[in-house]
Amino acid sequence: MSDLRPHLAPRDLVEEALASLTARPGRAVLTALGTVLGVAALVATLGLSKTAGNQIVGRFDALAATDIVVTPKSAGAGRAGGGEVLSWDAEARVTRLNGVVAGGTLSDVDLHGDLVRSVPVNDPVTQTEFQLPVKAASPGLWQAVRARLAAGRLPDAGHSARGDRVAVVGANVAEQLHVTRIEDQPAIFLGDKLYTVIGVLEAVSRQASLLGSVVIPEGTAERDFGLASPGSVQIETRIGAANLIAAQLPLALSPSDTAALKVTAPPEPRRVRAGVQSDLNTLFLLLGAVSLFIGAVGIANVTLVSVLERVGEIGLRRSLGAARRHIAGQFLLESTTLGLLGGVLGAALGTIVVVGVAASRTWTPVLEPWVPLGAPLVGGFVGFLSGIYPSVRAATMEPVEALRSTM
Amino acid sequence: MTTPVVELRGISRTFDRDPPVHALRGVDLSIWRGEWLAVVGPSGSGKSTLLNVLGLLDRPTEGTYRLDGVDINELDDLARAGLRGRRIGFIFQAFHLLPHRTVLENVMLAELYVGAPRRGRQKRALEALQRVGLGDRADFVPTRLSGGQRQRAATARALMAEPSLLLCDEPTGNLDSKSADNVLDILGELTQGGLTLVVITHDEHVASKANRRVRIIDGQLVEVEPVSV
Repeated sequence: MSDLRPHLAPRDLVEEALASLTARPGRAVLTALGTVLGVAALVATLGLSKTAGNQIVGRFDALAATDIVVTPKSAGAGRAGGGEVLSWDAEARVTRLNGVVAGGTLSDVDLHGDLVRSVPVNDPVTQTEFQLPVKAASPGLWQAVRARLAAGRLPDAGHSARGDRVAVVGANVAEQLHVTRIEDQPAIFLGDKLYTVIGVLEAVSRQASLLGSVVIPEGTAERDFGLASPGSVQIETRIGAANLIAAQLPLALSPSDTAALKVTAPPEPRRVRAGVQSDLNTLFLLLGAVSLFIGAVGIANVTLVSVLERVGEIGLRRSLGAARRHIAGQFLLESTTLGLLGGVLGAALGTIVVVGVAASRTWTPVLEPWVPLGAPLVGGFVGFLSGIYPSVRAATMEPVEALRSTM
Repeated sequence: MTTPVVELRGISRTFDRDPPVHALRGVDLSIWRGEWLAVVGPSGSGKSTLLNVLGLLDRPTEGTYRLDGVDINELDDLARAGLRGRRIGFIFQAFHLLPHRTVLENVMLAELYVGAPRRGRQKRALEALQRVGLGDRADFVPTRLSGGQRQRAATARALMAEPSLLLCDEPTGNLDSKSADNVLDILGELTQGGLTLVVITHDEHVASKANRRVRIIDGQLVEVEPVSV
């Protein structure tokens, strides 16, 4: 009896589905509109988050991707009595490397419990003694941290070589210590030693703790406070050179014991990028998914209405020998096609939005190739899912009942 | 003796309602090739149920139905759908033409589910239209046709798959008398060519055109005139 079974050529099925859709083109477009918007939202959000993420990365790339800090591994190193891993000529050794823009050493200075005092003013109400961090810097450090001065000047190699008692303070510290006019050569006491403040820092791009510290030249710290060796090395590299320099640094700074140093290099740029985007994408994708769900409900609704409207047609097709599966197949194909159509239009619309927004902000539009290519498939899948229930309704309809209705 | 096109033996159809509705009770009926059978009766008598059973759109509760000698009870739903597409043509009171497709496309639908080759389908559809005198309306959409023309288009569709049995449910119910006669004339010509025709109607004029008439009252079938073939 197998020859009695109904056959429907795939091409005929496709033609029937397309004919039904093109019979009401306006309705088809309106039905697909939900999916168009959903897919467009998805593509636009993915594209925009990628584009925006790329901009954010681009901004801190320049700073973060060129930042290297070297510290000795053992905790006591750099202090008096600790291991002397970094030598006094660390700055020279570092700046010699090709790819290093600037480098300098930075050390914590131990005042052995002494406080930092401003010049005594006999005012019992004002506090004049503070426990402030004191740091020692080599001349090259200031460029490596991109220091900007509010007033005064920065100590140079001469200050360090001579062991001059000069200091640079952060803006907040300056206020605390009543250092107002640099021209007056204000003085502060580090313990019982008198230092002249020659500069006030306004900002630094790295080592933000400098802003809350008193910074003295390295040579002075060695003479006055017994600094044994530099505590760390701060380096700014050219863009893209960070990882290469990081690999060379242990050998340049401590050739006898390369394992004694800890080199903190920037993470791979790609990882930074991925981190930024996963945060942004979660919210954006959720929005896209919600709009896509609304699109799916739209297709399901209209397909169901269409099934109920076309009861007569369903009956007719059954009378012409169509099996239930043929009826279900046609409605499923129609809804899938609508979804696919919505996906294609949505992908185009989303791409236009991404390019348009990027153009208005003079950004570079960034879109993963699989986003616009995969979007129609997402639309088609949504259409398929939406069509399941209406198709089952159509297929299980009794032809007797179906034919009783008038067209 | 050849086998009848349709052979019903003790067919009953009971609808599971409260109280149960006995739409057909013990119907025996044989329809021979080339016969034009009119089924008359008041509404609610079981005419439509009989048509649905004959057209394999509904299963009888009891009894056997052989179509061209094939016992329908032995077939599953899929085989019944296939048999329906190949052996049975339908003409409905409401025409059931797809409004957005041309007349030609509507006729071509007849071959969609029966495994006929695509090649020559258009030509065969055009021939079917010419048989009902609508060859010049092939590219029209049904909404531009008169009622009579629409029913002729539906007839062409029913003929295209070359069925052994043509079932008509009030084929002239929506037509004026001139159009109705025109359609009935075409149906008459088809039976001359050997087609077996079952027409369900409550219109005595339509019934009078048939060469055999049965009446259904309360689900029971009564022969109105002796078999004339």
